[in-house]
Amino acid sequence: MNIFVCLKQTPARDSVIRFADHGKRIDESGLTYELNEPDAFALEEGIRLKEENGGKVVVVSVGPERAIAVIREALAKGADRGILIENDESFQVDAFAIAKALAAVLSEESPDIVLTGLQADDLGFGQTGVILAELLNLPHASIVVKIVEISDGSIRVRKELESGWFQNIDMPLPALLTIQSGTNKPRYATLMGIKKAKTKPVEYYSIRDLGVEPLRSQTIENFYAPPKTKETQFFEGSSREAADKLAEKLKFEARIL
Amino acid sequence: MSVLVVAEHHGGKWHKMSWDTLVAGQTVAALLKTELSALILGAQIEPLAAELATHRVDRVFVAEHELLSEYSSDGYTIAIQQVIGRVSPDLILFPHSYFVRDYGPKLAARLNRSFLNDVIDINVKENCIRFTRQLFQGKINADVTFSDDLPHFISIQSGAYRGDTLEPTGNFAPVEKIDVTIDPTDIRTRYGEWFRESKSKVDLSSAEIIVSVGRGIKDPKHIPIAKGLAEALGGELAASRPVCDNGWLPLERQVGSSGQTVSPKLYLAIGISGAIQHVVGMKGAEKIAAINQDAGAPIFEIADYGIIGDLFEVVPALTEAILAIKED
Ligand SMILES: Cc1cc2nc3c(=O)[nH]c(=O)nc-3n(C[C@H](O)[C@H](O)[C@H](O)COP(=O)(O)OP(=O)(O)OC[C@H]3O[C@@H](n4cnc5c(N)ncnc54)[C@H](O)[C@@H]3O)c2cc1C
Ligand SMILES: Nc1ncnc2c1ncn2[C@@H]1O[C@H](COP(=O)(O)O)[C@@H](O)[C@H]1O
Repeated sequence: MNIFVCLKQTPARDSVIRFADHGKRIDESGLTYELNEPDAFALEEGIRLKEENGGKVVVVSVGPERAIAVIREALAKGADRGILIENDESFQVDAFAIAKALAAVLSEESPDIVLTGLQADDLGFGQTGVILAELLNLPHASIVVKIVEISDGSIRVRKELESGWFQNIDMPLPALLTIQSGTNKPRYATLMGIKKAKTKPVEYYSIRDLGVEPLRSQTIENFYAPPKTKETQFFEGSSREAADKLAEKLKFEARIL
Repeated sequence: MSVLVVAEHHGGKWHKMSWDTLVAGQTVAALLKTELSALILGAQIEPLAAELATHRVDRVFVAEHELLSEYSSDGYTIAIQQVIGRVSPDLILFPHSYFVRDYGPKLAARLNRSFLNDVIDINVKENCIRFTRQLFQGKINADVTFSDDLPHFISIQSGAYRGDTLEPTGNFAPVEKIDVTIDPTDIRTRYGEWFRESKSKVDLSSAEIIVSVGRGIKDPKHIPIAKGLAEALGGELAASRPVCDNGWLPLERQVGSSGQTVSPKLYLAIGISGAIQHVVGMKGAEKIAAINQDAGAPIFEIADYGIIGDLFEVVPALTEAILAIKED
């Protein structure tokens, strides 16, 4: 099986986001990065598919030079080949452009299955996989929580619906799946894996050479802290003092004690 | 500019977000001083179309087809593409439902357009429309404009506009049928019945007090800290998704868009950041209290009471304080 997994490098979960140029840009200077959370689950799903069905796992990322880190991480965990599509712009780029870049590379390959995360934790589009399926003319399922079975060129997956409902979906391969967080237990890279990763091939492209124009269909005019919708009463002091004040409020104001 | 809202339903019932989206459509149509149409797709949907027509729209379009009796990304994409071809809307609003997540961006891409999801506010200045959406799981807002051609495709976040206040009027807007052609072979995916994993034994929806724990608890061995507080308050224990995904608490205690929706008198969130998918499940609480070490956590945007601090210190102290008050 030819398995492709799309990986995005995003700012670490607990990042404090600062602005630059009066909110025109995100200040990237103090940020550290990690693999987007759902993508770790997509990668694990891809590696398991390889272990069960044979084949190769290729990981693809669009991003600045630093995004090579998520490709190396994936190679260390068992992916076989990496592709980095270089693009310097991290936050002023929309899912349509990213999907076009991924499609330009993937249409030259012959994937049996393409996996993406459901949503990137930074820009929160939740679109790239769905658009990529359209551009590659593949059937897809989104918010997949389980690959139920693969047989005779078709796949059955379980999809999450709203409010705790689920549904199984069958489709022919090749197909694209967007993977929800929490669906498996992503493995750690072993020392051996990290050593092996250094010898695995990585190809580089540039987003512009792939003819992705326009790079931007949407423009972020400004970034800012969200306005508060409620007047929050904050309780300060030591933990004990703050806790005592909150308990008082729960008794006398919220009247729940 | 003309505005079209796509209304969603399942099994003969409206999706609640359809009304939020309709209110968003009414708001933007008023700002643009233009007409508002609504579209409904499916099979045997005359009653729904008639109901839609009484909700302050100028026109209702109905796309009926046997193959639209159940949702499919291929079927919906093909049908709406044909409707767009016929009625040429300039701005199309969708609810940010799981269905729309599944076909909206695909439909836009088929028409060589981008899709703007999860919009919480729309402003018009000198005929330029600015859309507000959240980034970084609700920590940041951004105002966005389109650089590509009309029509623009956007989806509205649940609860961003108040659909629950919308009342039917005595007036019926004209209802117009639009023929769509779909071939059975166009639909590549086969969809099974909806099911729930297991019948939930826990009904959080009737709980008066809920103590809810998030990933800030870090390890299952710390869950008793939260449980102790829940017991002191005489409330139910609930959790955010990662806590249930990790198996630290059972799935039936998950609150949020893919879990339960609750509206207790008090919702006390411990180590929960306040991502929208969590917030939609609990923002109906009468009072919200949050304990989080990050002053910038979005949960504080909706909290009545807040303590910025380490839950491992604050929660035990709060449990003691509450037990002391109760003993008095
Ligand atoms: C389609 C979809 C459906 C989803 N459905 C749901 C759903 O139903 N329910 C749900 O909850 N989520 C859902 N999610 C996930 C959601 O987007 C968030 O990822 C999730 O809610 C985050 O959970 P959290 O707040 O516990 O974790 P995090 O976002 O990691 O937040 C942890 C918080 O703990 C705080 N913290 C850490 N240590 C401490 C400490 N010592 N003291 C005090 N505070 C501390 C941190 O400051 C942080 O704010 C869904 C996502 C998608 C895409
Ligand atoms: N720059 C990128 N490079 C590779 N994959 C990406 C990129 N952006 C998004 N993706 C993939 O698409 C998924 C959804 O991202 P998004 O549509 O941005 O929310 C992610 O989880 C990734 O799997």
